Amino acid sequence: MDSMASRATEPAPSFLSVRDLQVHFPTSDGLVKAVNGLTFDLEAGKTLGIVGESGSGKSVSSLAIMGLHHGTNAQISGEIVLEGTDLLGLTPDEMRQRRGRDVAMIFQDPLSAMHPYYTVGNQIAEAYQVHHDVSRGAAKKRAIEMLDRVGIPNAQQRVDDYPHQFSGGMRQRAMIAMGLINDPGLLIADEPTTALDVTVQAQILDLLQDLQREFNSAIIIITHDLGVVAEMADDVLVMYAGRAVEHGPTNEILVHPEMPYTWGLLSSVPDVTADTDARLIPIPGNPPSLLNPPSGCSFHPRCPHKDKVPGDLCRTTLPDLVPGQRGPGHTKRCHLADPESIYQSEILPEIAPDLVEER
Amino acid sequence: MSATAEETPSAAPSTTPGNPILEVENLRMYFPVKSSGLVRRTVGHVQAVDGVSFQVEKGTSLGLVGESGCGKSTTGRMVTRLYQPTGGAIRFEGKDIAQTKPGDLKPIRREIQMIFQDPYTSLNPRHTVGAIVGAPLAIHKVVPRDKILPRVQELLEVVGLNPEHYNRYPHEFSGGQRQRIGIARSLTLQPKLLVADEPVSALDVSIQAQVVNLLQDVQKEFGISFLFIAHDLAIVRHFCPEVAVMYLGKIVEIADRDTLYERPHHPYTQALLSAVPDVKQAAIGGRRERIRLQGDVPSPINPPSGCRFRTRCQFAQEICAKVEPPLLQIGPRHKVACHFAGELGAHPATPVTMDVCGVDAQGSPVPGATPVEQLNKPGFDDRWYDLKTQQFTGR
Repeated sequence: MDSMASRATEPAPSFLSVRDLQVHFPTSDGLVKAVNGLTFDLEAGKTLGIVGESGSGKSVSSLAIMGLHHGTNAQISGEIVLEGTDLLGLTPDEMRQRRGRDVAMIFQDPLSAMHPYYTVGNQIAEAYQVHHDVSRGAAKKRAIEMLDRVGIPNAQQRVDDYPHQFSGGMRQRAMIAMGLINDPGLLIADEPTTALDVTVQAQILDLLQDLQREFNSAIIIITHDLGVVAEMADDVLVMYAGRAVEHGPTNEILVHPEMPYTWGLLSSVPDVTADTDARLIPIPGNPPSLLNPPSGCSFHPRCPHKDKVPGDLCRTTLPDLVPGQRGPGHTKRCHLADPESIYQSEILPEIAPDLVEER
Repeated sequence: MSATAEETPSAAPSTTPGNPILEVENLRMYFPVKSSGLVRRTVGHVQAVDGVSFQVEKGTSLGLVGESGCGKSTTGRMVTRLYQPTGGAIRFEGKDIAQTKPGDLKPIRREIQMIFQDPYTSLNPRHTVGAIVGAPLAIHKVVPRDKILPRVQELLEVVGLNPEHYNRYPHEFSGGQRQRIGIARSLTLQPKLLVADEPVSALDVSIQAQVVNLLQDVQKEFGISFLFIAHDLAIVRHFCPEVAVMYLGKIVEIADRDTLYERPHHPYTQALLSAVPDVKQAAIGGRRERIRLQGDVPSPINPPSGCRFRTRCQFAQEICAKVEPPLLQIGPRHKVACHFAGELGAHPATPVTMDVCGVDAQGSPVPGATPVEQLNKPGFDDRWYDLKTQQFTGR
């Protein structure tokens, strides 16, 4: 019902629409609420960046989209509508038909995501044969084509190499080739460059963008590097303790952030051009336990701005994800009444004094 | 001109300002590659570190950056003498420790300590925190047994942990807290030099800043010198006043941080810096213009002749394959190893190193010319080679 109503208000149904996704894991210690009411839309050809610390639920929600929680004890509710079909309503067999063809995933560590006993070409060709009724020779030819497309030199020979014979960057390219061989509409990249060096990271990001333009895929890129998000994503979703805490267009979120957690992320990372005498401003404390999340706003125990909210609101009431001062496209989950002025007067001078002067 | 060049090194032997606590000269580490089979002959060497020289001054930090496999961690492990170098000197407070026998290393271990990258594997899961942090005290018999616990608690407090947690096990702590335990352990013996090998790269973003701030506090409080190894250029810039960039076992550029980050002269440093994604890009949209490096780092078993970066360098010419560029000092605190060193977009058309190396523009030796012999000294000279005038100048 919920998604029907929201779709009625939109001119065209989104390519991917996640509505009130919940992923809970019952454990002997209690219920771990890994993802709690996640809602977002993604258009074809666009990129969504999901940012958050480990344990914020970003990987768990992407695994839910891939249907990879089948067979675990995860309790999933909500809707994941991809091109009009609710993926959560599918049987495991139906999901297997779609996985790889409609939705594909690139994992963080390509060495552990590839099988060490099979050649790279073998694994890529297998991904093709699962969804296409072709001979092994034809699948291998297609694998060579894809390896060539992602920039593996000498693909004709390298196709018979084993994963350990590839360098880190080449393995990640091979993973991308495997993910894209069936031309999926949605590609989920879970920290695709975290294990790589900066120059290789730049190559992989370039490649992802070229391929997105070519195939018009939607990409969800999960990362903790705000720089990667700034350069790659059209939209950003900031997650904390299983919930979206800020969501909107990239230039909105990173230039006019309205949630103290996003401020914390921005100010705890040094910049290659920042003043070196300034101390980094870490987010105090540690990420919360998902077994026993804090009451009210789950960020309140670490939030330096909770005194600015009247009463005990932060501790008692969970704020809704609602549009802030900057229009309907930019939503945030925070009680602060005037975050923009706090950001301009308190946060920005600390993290980028040069930007303040320009205004 | 070559006469001036010739005089310089002898006229100014390494009279560096300040007071180096650590001086590394021409350090080399070759790992043998063995053939398979019964008789495991050595068939080659991985030249992990090949002729690296630098200085760390008392109470400051030198950053070592580079991509994986460039030899930065190996350098750190040689300085702590976890590896025995193949060649070269490591002078710690003037004493060469490069070839000290394992049995005689114990006093050095008190002075040089290491912080490891991965806080999950570098702590023994079967020992309590108190045992881990207190072990160096017991081994080196610094304090009597009954005084160990108070000292451990003191250390835990220094690094921001609850001193009452000394009898807990590492698995009861989060990643950031474990890294603090690792730091406490390294501080136990009050070392003079800390080698920090990627101390924050395994931690969450919000925790990284906490640990970096802690390291800065520790440095200020105890006056410890750091050799700070990391691949995150922004963190290194934040922490280290002086930074060395490594590529395939060699230092390609070393300078104070303002020079290195604002006016890098080596094409590799420029490419590395341009590859860092920038948050500020969000305001502009799209991708930043960057220098695209093609291909992968060559194998250190069989590195390219001449300049090791030439296979991926857009400025490479014939001379780069023939002559290895020396690490030439081109500013008061700036050394670069490139035949075509220049600021971004202003690389010279002719090699700047012709006189220094005694070769012509194609890299063939010029008869009668004598190459300058200073070029792999640690630290900085008072005189340097000015790129504009192509002369040695001084302060």
